Amino acid sequence: MLGLGEDRLRADMNRLLTLLFHQGVLDEQFLQLQQLQDETSPNFIFEVVNIYFNESEKLLRNLRDLLLDREFSDYQRMGVHLNQLIGSSSSIGAKRVSNVCVAFRAASEQNSRPGCLRALEVLEHEYCYLKNRLDEVFHVSKSSN
Amino acid sequence: MVFGTGSSSTKSTKGVEEVGGNLSVLIVDDDPIILRIHRMMLNKFGLVTHVVENGKEAVDLFRSGSCFDMVLMDMEMPIMDGPKATQELRAMGVNSMIVGVTSRGLESEKQSFMGAGLNRCHEKPLTTDIVTSLVQELIKHY
Repeated sequence: MLGLGEDRLRADMNRLLTLLFHQGVLDEQFLQLQQLQDETSPNFIFEVVNIYFNESEKLLRNLRDLLLDREFSDYQRMGVHLNQLIGSSSSIGAKRVSNVCVAFRAASEQNSRPGCLRALEVLEHEYCYLKNRLDEVFHVSKSSN
Repeated sequence: MVFGTGSSSTKSTKGVEEVGGNLSVLIVDDDPIILRIHRMMLNKFGLVTHVVENGKEAVDLFRSGSCFDMVLMDMEMPIMDGPKATQELRAMGVNSMIVGVTSRGLESEKQSFMGAGLNRCHEKPLTTDIVTSLVQELIKHY
């Protein structure tokens, strides 16, 4: 009975992940991280993704604070934050977030405040979707162990 | 697609070889996620890894007498960036393999970073295939 429950939970987790891959939310890089996880680092993905969430939320706050400042003009600083977000997002396989950041960076390189504001809105939406889905995956993963 | 939780996940990724030995890598990056992932990838090859968060710490390490076979150098970092740190290391006579890692996709920016004295430059993320080729090149060198 317990075995069947665990199997069902694992199936749920796989279904969630498959959906995220099909939606383009995650890409192959996430699979590469899965392959790195082993018995010496059994929580590797969970740890890395949680570091990603913590760091990303700081960067998103910084981006929002910059853009909402009426005196804002430091597009270079915005670019630095975005480069970091692009690097970390692509390194965990967060494909859609990474792509949105690239578009955001293009707007910042054009010094377009309206473009950046629109891009920030899209980025926050994509990030929230990713976080909620991955939180769900990890919740199911923990329940099955 | 289940997360690895034990022995079922210890099967090697394709092309991964245990190198072992005394080869060491200095990972220079201000992003804790990148540090964690790259460290894990390199440790899988049996390489000894050390991490620092900016170019100045890397330069100071070499200046103090530390030596590494390979340096993974991020481009944008506070205090001292990758190009500047690479130039300083080469000016000091450091012959280690220095590999640039960057989020910038423009060829001109990669070429500019290469011009600082890199052996190679890759866009993030480093994949298992890229790390495999770097390790193979490192082994050939030694």
